Amino acid sequence: MTVPTESIDLLTLQPEQKTTAIVLSVVVALFVLELIRRRKLREEQSTLWLGTAVLLVILAIFDSLLSWFASLIGAKTAPSALFFGALLFLMLVALQFSIRLSKLTYRNRKLGQRVALLEQRLDELSGSGPVRGAGATDSSDA
Amino acid sequence: MLRTSLAEPRTVVLIPACNEEERIGPVVRDVLRELPQAQVVVIDDGSGDRTGEVAKESGAAVLRHPFNLGYGVALQTGYHFAHRENADRVIQLDGDGQHVPASIPDLLAPLALSPTEEGADVVVGSRFLGTAPRTSRLRRLGSKAFAFLVTRWTGQRITDPTSGFQALNRRALDHLTLDHFPEDYPDADVLIHLSRSGLRLSEVPVVMRERLGGVSMHRGTRILFYAYKMALSLCLLRVRRASAFRSGRALARDRQSKLRSESTPNSQTNRRA
Repeated sequence: MTVPTESIDLLTLQPEQKTTAIVLSVVVALFVLELIRRRKLREEQSTLWLGTAVLLVILAIFDSLLSWFASLIGAKTAPSALFFGALLFLMLVALQFSIRLSKLTYRNRKLGQRVALLEQRLDELSGSGPVRGAGATDSSDA
Repeated sequence: MLRTSLAEPRTVVLIPACNEEERIGPVVRDVLRELPQAQVVVIDDGSGDRTGEVAKESGAAVLRHPFNLGYGVALQTGYHFAHRENADRVIQLDGDGQHVPASIPDLLAPLALSPTEEGADVVVGSRFLGTAPRTSRLRRLGSKAFAFLVTRWTGQRITDPTSGFQALNRRALDHLTLDHFPEDYPDADVLIHLSRSGLRLSEVPVVMRERLGGVSMHRGTRILFYAYKMALSLCLLRVRRASAFRSGRALARDRQSKLRSESTPNSQTNRRA
């Protein structure tokens, strides 16, 4: 309403947009680093997060790079290109989580099976007999 | 009773069970009455009730999962146990009482105890060849579809590939304890896997009862997800075979040759001679 749209070059970031993008990504990067420092986030899990933040900062500072990227993917405006890039990274992060989850599920399952087998073996070796429940505890204690 | 000559084959009976404290006792006792020499193993899949204790009191060994891992994983735990115990043959049946232990001799009859012997490596108890209890329309349709696929891919007529009532010999057990083997739901896809690995499948009619109560471990509301997973697994099988499966076969060969060298002085080889 106040600013005529035609006069704005949509393929470069406005100063406000630039500031917001830089501040946000720096905050994210610092937060990730702080989480690593407090050992709440493992280093190998942090790479994609830090990568996202750093890439956002770079794209926000060097808008020419961003406009080039925007025209490359056919984005009408620079901010949407920025969103697109961020979204792509988030998707990668989510996928990484899924992969990790699958791996952990597999290991969890293996562990559960191993525990079951070992527990049975232990039962057998300690000779507690077929019943190890309710009232059978006082029988073999020396 | 069945094979009185030489040493009695080491038989392990696997019964996966989850929250079956009221039904597991009779099942274990019926099996022991049918096969007094067998080692009955109940895999307690993270039950919240006294399933494990009841099974133990009834005379079964108990493998207790620390949390629920699913029917297929429970079976796999049992396979590993049987493998460790050097079982010659394995029988698996559900812990809810729908499989009648009196049918066990029928399952064991066609089972070959050595690769040279005539017979099958895997015997599936089919409820469609025998007298069937009434099941829902959807389930019958699903079963039919899987039966069709399995029959097509194995070249063998299998009418009830989702049956949990099966008998396996040592050769099948070796394959099922391979690390990469699909452990999610060992039914139709596992049968196809086994058949493609050169194992002989067979099917015999068995009597199945309606469940005596309680909640079924793997059927019911989850049937749609199960169908999806099964279809996915069956489709991926052809692709996955190229990489994972070949190495699996190599692994199996390694293990079998290792086993053979280990068990030479053992009683196992007596039968083969």
